[in-house]
Amino acid sequence: MWKFSVRRILIMIPQLFVLSLLIFVLAKMMPGDALSGQIDPNIDPARIEELRIEMGWYDPWHEQYARWVGGVMQGDFGMSFRFKMPVTELIGQRIVNSFWLSVATLILTYLIAIPLGITSGRYNDTFRDQLITGYSYVGFATPLFIFALVMLWVFGFQLQWFPTSGSVEPGMEPGTFDYFMSKFYHLLLPALSMALITTFNTILYLRNEIIDTKQKDFILLARSKGASESRVYNQHIFRNSLLPIAAFFGFEITGLIGGSIFIENIFGYPGMGQLLIESISLRDFSVVTATTLLFGIASILGALISDIILSLVDPRIRIK
Amino acid sequence: MAEKLLEIKNLKTSFRIKDDYFAAVDDVSLNVNKNEVLAIVGESGCGKSALAFSIMGLHTRAKMEGDILYKGENIVGISPSKLNKLRGKHMGMIFQDPLTALNPLMIIGDQIGEALLLHNKEMSKTQRKEKVIDLLNKVGIPRPEYVYEQFPHELSGGMRQRVVIATAIANEPELLIADEPTTALDVTIQSQILDLIKDLKDDMNSGIVLITHDLGVVAEMADRVAVMYAGEIVEIAEVTELFEEPLHPYTRSLFNSVPNASEEQDRLHVIQGIVPSLQNLPRTGCRFAPRIPWIDESAHEAHPELHEVKPGHFVRCTCYKHFRFPEEVGKEEEHHGVS
Ligand SMILES: Nc1ncnc2c1ncn2[C@@H]1O[C@H](COP(=O)(O)OP(=O)(O)OP(=O)(O)O)[C@@H](O)[C@H]1O
Ligand SMILES: [Mg+2]
Repeated sequence: MWKFSVRRILIMIPQLFVLSLLIFVLAKMMPGDALSGQIDPNIDPARIEELRIEMGWYDPWHEQYARWVGGVMQGDFGMSFRFKMPVTELIGQRIVNSFWLSVATLILTYLIAIPLGITSGRYNDTFRDQLITGYSYVGFATPLFIFALVMLWVFGFQLQWFPTSGSVEPGMEPGTFDYFMSKFYHLLLPALSMALITTFNTILYLRNEIIDTKQKDFILLARSKGASESRVYNQHIFRNSLLPIAAFFGFEITGLIGGSIFIENIFGYPGMGQLLIESISLRDFSVVTATTLLFGIASILGALISDIILSLVDPRIRIK
Repeated sequence: MAEKLLEIKNLKTSFRIKDDYFAAVDDVSLNVNKNEVLAIVGESGCGKSALAFSIMGLHTRAKMEGDILYKGENIVGISPSKLNKLRGKHMGMIFQDPLTALNPLMIIGDQIGEALLLHNKEMSKTQRKEKVIDLLNKVGIPRPEYVYEQFPHELSGGMRQRVVIATAIANEPELLIADEPTTALDVTIQSQILDLIKDLKDDMNSGIVLITHDLGVVAEMADRVAVMYAGEIVEIAEVTELFEEPLHPYTRSLFNSVPNASEEQDRLHVIQGIVPSLQNLPRTGCRFAPRIPWIDESAHEAHPELHEVKPGHFVRCTCYKHFRFPEEVGKEEEHHGVS
């Protein structure tokens, strides 16, 4: 088990290297930089050139890359040109916001998907199952951003049950219970919108997994031993069908990142996704690379968590 | 008179395909006695497993008509809790593919132990473990204490089949149903497993339904043989009787398609065509007729029934009286030509 985990973690080093290189190159290829947007005619173009040299814009790429990675290792992502503050500081609160939004979305997703998937798979081809698969197909066919807009309009603006932007009521004292509740209240609608629309994957996957497991020989053997229907499900079917869902966890996180970019922008939720879009349009080079890198790292970590969960629950993967 | 253990009367098991029901087991009647091996033979798709599953009540969505009497009590349509008291305790089943018959996430000991746990609530944990180790010994698994803790993927196919057998016999059932227990295994393992089943039968005096399409296995194991074709039983007889005098065209084709070293054969007879799928099964007249087109239609009965040609030897449809292989027909004509 330990050997497996250590080996699995070592694999991440080349993954991280390739990821950082890719992000760096792509960012370099983005047209323009933070200064080319400055159309203030009062600024002397020669001064801009000077600034570029100062920033190291014309240094060889590998030197720039090394400088960047070196900084990142120490938690220094450079300065944001637009916000005139260290990127690390800029990201600080947003990453916490995004983290909680993701956690809430994941919890809601599984809270919705697991019971529905189980019901649908266990009673397949009944009315209940048709209702649930119907919902899944609607979820599949509806674009997230349209659904999120509708949710925002209905529950935020029309019914006014939920706040329509921000991550916390302004003027709250951090650390108090009210502050915490306000945070929770603010992320509920975005998390629910995302969960409702992205669960279809997990529901359909779980359903098919259960239908598949149901007719396996070992289930027939369990029945022929005299196991009751509920025992067959609890002891044999669910454990085997939930396994791939655990394996799916990593992809779930990747999907979540994509979704959160839409969601945070629509709900005006100050998280990493919103920051990314903002800084792309402002060509805030150091912020874009920092957010993309962190998203990438989150995906890699997700895959790691999946593999570790899987190796804990599936004896076939356990490596001695 | 042998003691009747299982009595199947006019059993019809149908599956729903689209909006219609199609019978995979059609009007099957047979008996299994104590301390007897009844072999069921037939090509792939003829309904052997469907029959076995019907007996064990393993069909979750099939329509079942007719009676299956276990020691005189009808078990068709009984409540799940009653059925679960019978299954595993009075009847056990061995499956075709040992690679898929065990739960991949459960250790061997717990899987066999489950059969004990379900029918023996008083048994303590340690007693149960002892009994499981006993069973592992009985089915010839070396190092049972070690295997107890192993997961299925750590065992070979033959060993897994032994585990399945141990599970099936854990409560010494009186009826054992073995659905092609050796088909997925290689030849040396096959005979070991068959020997094991034979020993167990002698041990427990149980009745065994042995499903196979291997006539060698039938010759070695069976007391009586039922031949199935397209969901129906077409012939049923004592094993020696059937091997000496197979009557039904299908039975004779089966025997003829096996290479035979002792007798000289011009060439193997290959049965033409395949077993039709459920929806395309002929439902009237002799179901085998389409595959022996050279036999005159008038030879078949309109509603073929089982005829008792000798005590205990039944054949369906009168066409058996007129049946010749095409090769034989050819030869006879030659003879006529010469004389
Ligand atoms: N659950 C089911 N739903 C629909 N059709 C089924 C079902 N189970 C079996 N059948 C059909 O019933 C027929 C008999 O199948 P069965 O599995 O009993 O054959 P078999 O004699 O055991 O063959 P094999 O030697 O390949 O195991 C086949 O045509 C099969 O397709
Ligand atoms: Mg079968």
